Amino acid sequence: MSQTAEGTVFQDPDGGDDKSRRDFLTLATAAVGATGAGLAVWPLIDSMNPAADTLALSSIEIDIKPIEPGQRITVKWRGKPVFIDRRTPKSIKQAQTDDGAKMPDPQADKDRVKKAEWLVLIGVCPHLGCVPLGQKTGQSRGDYGGWFCPCHGSHYDFSGRIRKGPSPKNLQVPEYKFLNETTLRIG
Amino acid sequence: MTAPNESGQASSTDGKSGMIEQAKDWIDYRLPIFSFMEHELHDYPTPKNLNYWWNFGSLAGIVLVILIVTGIVLAMNYTPHVDHAFNSVERIMRDVNYGWLIRYVHMNGASMFFLVVYIHIFRGLYFGSYKPPRELLWWLGIVILLLMMMTAFMGYVLPWGQMSFWGATVITNLFSAIPGIGDYIVTWLWGGFSLGNPTLQRFFSLHYLLPFLIVGVVILHLWALHVHGSNNPLGIDRKSEKDSIPFHPYYTIKDLYGLGVFLIFYMAIVFFAPNALGEPDNYIPANPLVTPAHIVPEWYLLPYYAILRSVTFDIWFLEAKLLGVIAMFASIFILFLLPWLDNSKVRSARFRPIYKQMFWIFLVDCILLGMVGAHAPNDKVFPGVDWFEYVRLGQISTAYYFFHFLVLMPLLAKYEKTRPLPESISEPVLKGTESGE
Repeated sequence: MSQTAEGTVFQDPDGGDDKSRRDFLTLATAAVGATGAGLAVWPLIDSMNPAADTLALSSIEIDIKPIEPGQRITVKWRGKPVFIDRRTPKSIKQAQTDDGAKMPDPQADKDRVKKAEWLVLIGVCPHLGCVPLGQKTGQSRGDYGGWFCPCHGSHYDFSGRIRKGPSPKNLQVPEYKFLNETTLRIG
Repeated sequence: MTAPNESGQASSTDGKSGMIEQAKDWIDYRLPIFSFMEHELHDYPTPKNLNYWWNFGSLAGIVLVILIVTGIVLAMNYTPHVDHAFNSVERIMRDVNYGWLIRYVHMNGASMFFLVVYIHIFRGLYFGSYKPPRELLWWLGIVILLLMMMTAFMGYVLPWGQMSFWGATVITNLFSAIPGIGDYIVTWLWGGFSLGNPTLQRFFSLHYLLPFLIVGVVILHLWALHVHGSNNPLGIDRKSEKDSIPFHPYYTIKDLYGLGVFLIFYMAIVFFAPNALGEPDNYIPANPLVTPAHIVPEWYLLPYYAILRSVTFDIWFLEAKLLGVIAMFASIFILFLLPWLDNSKVRSARFRPIYKQMFWIFLVDCILLGMVGAHAPNDKVFPGVDWFEYVRLGQISTAYYFFHFLVLMPLLAKYEKTRPLPESISEPVLKGTESGE
């Protein structure tokens, strides 16, 4: 550094124009600017995530007393259908014997239920989000007796596991709890 | 037009026309908008041999304006809420003055926009309009196509009918195929745990915004066009002034004539078959608990839907679902690479005997993909031939689609024997007159 009439000026020891310091300042300014822009953008992005009132609607209670063995009912949870299937001993047995079968997303039946009689599933095909058929009598239940997605032809078995068709995953099991013998809470 | 002098005062001062000229010059001196229009719309030298396939660019621009104008009016009567959206559209159809007309013009306008743009794109493919120096012009066109698809998709959701709801469910679920973060992205897109009111409101907001983005990219598209001017059916550069004619009045009148013919077609659909291109299921209010038996997108998205569904097998560790999504996006993004996949120096298919045939086969392939997209995967193509299902036809057509770009185009560029190009645009015409043709 040397004194001039205008004040202090920087001088590169090599006599250059002090490029590396300028580069550093440019980079530092750009980095701080980018961080600031990122922080400013985050509220905008996060505002598109589920809002607090949407999250608040996240659990429901269902009276399961009127459901007969072999009957399937559909309830709405978080805007999606949830299938509640009171399975017959025969379909429970089939589901358990199928545990060893070859399937895209292997899972034992006992890991998919809390009580063998009650199968609770999110009624949304993991492929592209359609609602599979099989809840109502007369609807196709596919080749494995569970559910059948009409959109792209996924077949599900008595445990809601994918057996045939494009879906890569089994029908999802939501979080649920038996509050007592006749009440089920989902979520 | 008179040239403005230093002070911006016009030199002619006789009467009323002089006043207007003066005002024009005063403005032009400060903002040269009149010179700009004169230069780009009037004098703009254009190849003199453009055929009617060159009408579709300006048609696309006009349809975009029609869509924006009708859309702004529709938005004044539409309510973006899951409880009211369907009914507000029905109110537009029944109670709002001319609401039925405005909605049908808007709804079919989307179909017309895609029709015109697809013809415009295939025109470009046939005459090699994507080749140097027009690569960026081509890229901007693809960006417009992508924006159009997003806009059309979101617009289709707004009436909140069964097909709106389930079409949107299927398309948004595509993002769940992204490994690891897919499910979070889908929840973010929805603003909830399923397609619902937050989704509808954001789609409405974006459906209103995107057309103006399209206008922005169209301006860039035109800017890039005007740098080197239009390609032409011969695909050769203009050599002298003899090869060009001014845009006005020659092409303004030709574009207007084409517009007349096009509007007859468009309005015939609006008035006589307004729902022919739509799905009847969309007149059933959305029901999140019942999926329609057969979900199909609008006709202009069918080929991509066919490609999406054609990948029914895992490759290595990649799931079929993810691969289908990749294939679908790749089918459009591959267009960005086209100027380099096809580096044949000859632009127009007129002088490329083999490419000319491949072009038509490719067009048929795209139409086949559209047919596949409209059918359920397990439908039989020919009744009685059990093994030949639509999904199989879709796989063949998808393979050919990529084969065309990735194998045929580079090979043709290298080995095809092209026909000799004419010396200039004027030459074949002048020769023709000499030999008395």
